[in-house]
Amino acid sequence: MDPVEFLSKLEKTTIMAVEFDGGVVMGADSRTTTGAYIANRVTDKLTPIHERIFCCRSGSAADTQAIADAVTYQLGFHSIELDEAPLVQTAASLFRDMCYRYREELMAGIIVAGWDPRRGGQVYTVPVGGMMTRQPVSVGGSGSSYIYGYVDSNYRPAMSKEECLKFTAEALTLAMERDGSSGGVVRLAVISEQGVERQVILGNQLPKFSTV
Amino acid sequence: MALSYVLEPAVSGFNFENSTRNIVLENGSEEGKIKAPKPMKTGTTIAGVVYKDGVVLGADTRATSDEVVADKMCAKIHYIAPNIYCCGAGTAADTEKTTDMLSSNLTIFSMNSGRNPRVVMAVNILQDMLFRYRGMIGAHLILGGVDCTGSHLYTVGPYGSIDKVPYLAMGSGKLPAMGILEDRFKGNMDLEEAKALVSDAIHAGIMSDLGSGNNIDLCVITKEGVDYIRPHRESIYNYKRQAKYKYKPGTTPVLTKTVNQLELELVHETVQMMETAGSS
Repeated sequence: MDPVEFLSKLEKTTIMAVEFDGGVVMGADSRTTTGAYIANRVTDKLTPIHERIFCCRSGSAADTQAIADAVTYQLGFHSIELDEAPLVQTAASLFRDMCYRYREELMAGIIVAGWDPRRGGQVYTVPVGGMMTRQPVSVGGSGSSYIYGYVDSNYRPAMSKEECLKFTAEALTLAMERDGSSGGVVRLAVISEQGVERQVILGNQLPKFSTV
Repeated sequence: MALSYVLEPAVSGFNFENSTRNIVLENGSEEGKIKAPKPMKTGTTIAGVVYKDGVVLGADTRATSDEVVADKMCAKIHYIAPNIYCCGAGTAADTEKTTDMLSSNLTIFSMNSGRNPRVVMAVNILQDMLFRYRGMIGAHLILGGVDCTGSHLYTVGPYGSIDKVPYLAMGSGKLPAMGILEDRFKGNMDLEEAKALVSDAIHAGIMSDLGSGNNIDLCVITKEGVDYIRPHRESIYNYKRQAKYKYKPGTTPVLTKTVNQLELELVHETVQMMETAGSS
């Protein structure tokens, strides 16, 4: 059997989310690979789960799409039952339950972020294995290893929305420059009480760093 | 923290782990050299493009079984619904059955609800099924169609992942086909441009991939209807038999003739009465 047939579509990727006062900024690259072939160079890895809750997907494309679909259904049902907007923590718990229960079969690293009226902007990370923890800034995917230093040294609490957008775009660009499994365009989303604003930064518009 | 990965991440670059083992096997036993197994090619180029008024799907028509072309005129663009067609690459049996089942499910749904099926519904049904079978169904599909919400083109992978993009190529010939599509695709093309683009993409696949070949089929889907052009472009290598290969009786001269009578001896006889029903 041709070995490429056995490789599923992977989104090894770089994903990131940052909290600010009033909401969250989420970002992701746009590359999906099958072995060494880029199956989709304009993937949208920021998936809506509810009106003001999104998730960033990394890992196996099939697994994360299926989990996101299942959680969207569960959260929607829960929200209708309660007749109010769901909490971001609830969405993160649903992801965690599924990722932990089926940890042997799944390969999924997910960052859940959004805004709810009770606690404002929140970022929860659910890495491979099914742990869940809340973090003010979280990075994930294969490209995240290259930017831990950058994120740790440049993150300051109480940044404004514009500062968070710039921080996320620069961090993702740096990761995409160094990680072969990340690339394409940078997709950003800002979630706040007012709703969701989405942007795309094309390849030639990415922030430029020194080419050494 | 115990982590167990089901899939091992692929190592890029050449992998020479098995070459020493293969040399040992091939030079091994004296009785018969053990031959290394031949890779099994799937052999297809399929492509799809969204244009101004709808979707154009294209496919080659070669079906291979190892190095023999099993079918020169195989149909790889399958009917799903009057407004939705699906190209299939991968294991031929899997793509056939999957698309058949999808088509039946959508027809039942149409009759039950009185609505025309939507492309996104077909994609969701496929995704559910392929994910449930965890990649065991080797179907790489390109689904295209036009419904009340517009023109859509999706790809569904064997593990159940979907991608929605304006142009696609799949199959063993996808690399050359994708090259043509990346070079010449524009948004909002008109029909002739789109047909030429898909046809050239499949042609690139046929020229550069051994598993793809013969003719090119096209399927144009618009709001008004479907134009299934089979074949759109025929292979220039149309081998017509040069002569008749049947020999007339009497071509071979008969030199001698001997007749041996077989002597048959009746050994055993059984008679079985038929039961004829009827009042008599």
